[in-house]
Amino acid sequence: MSKRTVELELATPGVDAEGRPARVPLTVAAEPRLNEEHMLVNIGPQHPATHGVLRLVVELDGETVVRCIPHLGYLHSGFEKLGEYRHYNQIIPLTDRTDYLSPMSNNVGLALAAEKLMGIEITPRCTVLRVIACEMSRIISHMVWLGTTSIDLGAFTPFLWAFQERERIYDLQEMWTGARLTTSLTRVGGLMADIPDPFVEKLREFTRTFPKTLGEIDRVLTRNAVWAGRTQGVGTLSAAEAINHSLSGPMLRASGVAYDVRKDKPYLGYETYDFDVVVGEHGDVFDRYMVRLEECHQSNRILAQALDRLPDGPINVDDPRVILPSKTRAMSDMEAMIFHFKQVMEGVKAPVGEAYVGIENPKGELGNYLVSDGTAKPVRWRIRPPSFINLSALPRMAEGHLLSDLIAINASVDIVMGEVDR
Amino acid sequence: MTAATSVPPVPGALRSEVARDGETVVFVAKERLLEAMRWLKETPGQEFDYLVDVTAVEFRDRERPLQVVYFLRSLQRKADVRVKVELPASEELAVDSVYSLWRGADWLEREVFDMFGVTFRGHPDLRRILMWETYAEGYPLRKSFPLRGRFSRAEQVRQALNVNPEANYSLEELSIADAAGDLPDDMRERLQRGERGVIPDPPAR
Repeated sequence: MSKRTVELELATPGVDAEGRPARVPLTVAAEPRLNEEHMLVNIGPQHPATHGVLRLVVELDGETVVRCIPHLGYLHSGFEKLGEYRHYNQIIPLTDRTDYLSPMSNNVGLALAAEKLMGIEITPRCTVLRVIACEMSRIISHMVWLGTTSIDLGAFTPFLWAFQERERIYDLQEMWTGARLTTSLTRVGGLMADIPDPFVEKLREFTRTFPKTLGEIDRVLTRNAVWAGRTQGVGTLSAAEAINHSLSGPMLRASGVAYDVRKDKPYLGYETYDFDVVVGEHGDVFDRYMVRLEECHQSNRILAQALDRLPDGPINVDDPRVILPSKTRAMSDMEAMIFHFKQVMEGVKAPVGEAYVGIENPKGELGNYLVSDGTAKPVRWRIRPPSFINLSALPRMAEGHLLSDLIAINASVDIVMGEVDR
Repeated sequence: MTAATSVPPVPGALRSEVARDGETVVFVAKERLLEAMRWLKETPGQEFDYLVDVTAVEFRDRERPLQVVYFLRSLQRKADVRVKVELPASEELAVDSVYSLWRGADWLEREVFDMFGVTFRGHPDLRRILMWETYAEGYPLRKSFPLRGRFSRAEQVRQALNVNPEANYSLEELSIADAAGDLPDDMRERLQRGERGVIPDPPAR
């Protein structure tokens, strides 16, 4: 078993001659074998550095990870099974609770799959509002990732800045849906509510001021010698390996694969927005950080464009079989009341068939696969969980590194256990 | 309604159809699954190099066979295809593992095994992933599994309280800690019968 040590010169500025962050060489040095015996260390499930109830059993040779065996399931809630007993609209509250750091884009993912299954075309205003919801989610999810990862690696200040920005988005979510976390924003064929009056102004102000915070985080971390030393050359995955491990999202792009569902399989009209796919080069923890940081800028660009083009009009499709009538109409109009009754009691029936819709969630490709046998409840609802699949590459990335690097690598995967365990 | 199309030249393809989302679904004979997947991955012009997802579908209609579904994607060509294998209830629920082609299949196949009881032949580490090792109630996503589980709440609590802490470690882990000898007898017997792997020899001193 080779041992690895990180050679980090003290007082290095962390910047090379051209002002780019210096790559710290990770050297493999043969150290004298002091003890052949391996040690078994259990990390989690109740440990702040595992980002939820993840349990890692680690075999150590000295400080080097020989084997890393993840154990999951402590937060398994059986969402997919529950979905088989619910109408399509009743599944939406479950999606809030899978990846609970980006609830709104989970809602959008499920609604898109159900609409594909039923052949429903949503309205232009709804499309743009859903783009806004997805990009807001991406920003808060990346902010949480940035804050918690910087804490894992010993930097406290970026955590506070990141969570302040997240709080501003949470205020907007609360304004829109009434909830900060369990948003349940979408309905099949539309949204639960249109945006309230001051929303556009507040969000515009956010897109104006948010890049300043990103710049501050960039200044305090990117060229920081400690940050570079802890992240560069750690947990490297090549492009071929990343593809072979089915990674998606920032994990895949950090390894140099320019695959983004928004560009390559566009939904919600993403092909009409002007934004760049952020791609890394080395596939290490540092590149994953850079990709996520830059993605926040790109999301901010998309938000600004979406606000500029936000059309007027209805948010729901004009189809009484799918969309509930307003309360007033249901209480005063016989026909509306019948539609209301049928929807609430019987649910919206989907035709026989199946549909898979993948969307670019903050953590990777979130897939919703619905199979219908013609009733109002799906036969099978499958979530393709991006952080579950990304996490499966953790043993491959961690083995051979130091125990402290395992913490950095695990943080870089950006897992949320609600989604991993479902 | 799904429409049947001409069967693509995949080895072992039985029939194909177009799903409601416009993707091609190819049904493959279960004996030739691995061959078909290798063909799809390695043939020039196909190059489905990315395994998006593996899952299974069981229908409410008990007569219909259980389906194992593979979602493949070609990152270069930006094309998708869905491969299905049908496993009739009368036969053994087992297919070949595609782990040798995609490492990403590791946990995905373990999850299908855990939730549906489908065995993947050739998977190096096929054990439960979301439910715990000693879980005895069956396979949660099967239609025959009741929503609240098979056991009563009292029985579930009793089992949870009686769990041996050692049972939280896998066999390899116990051998690292040199603790395989401390296992409860029935568990060690079960493991030695080969229900899951063999106990590795303790490291030489």
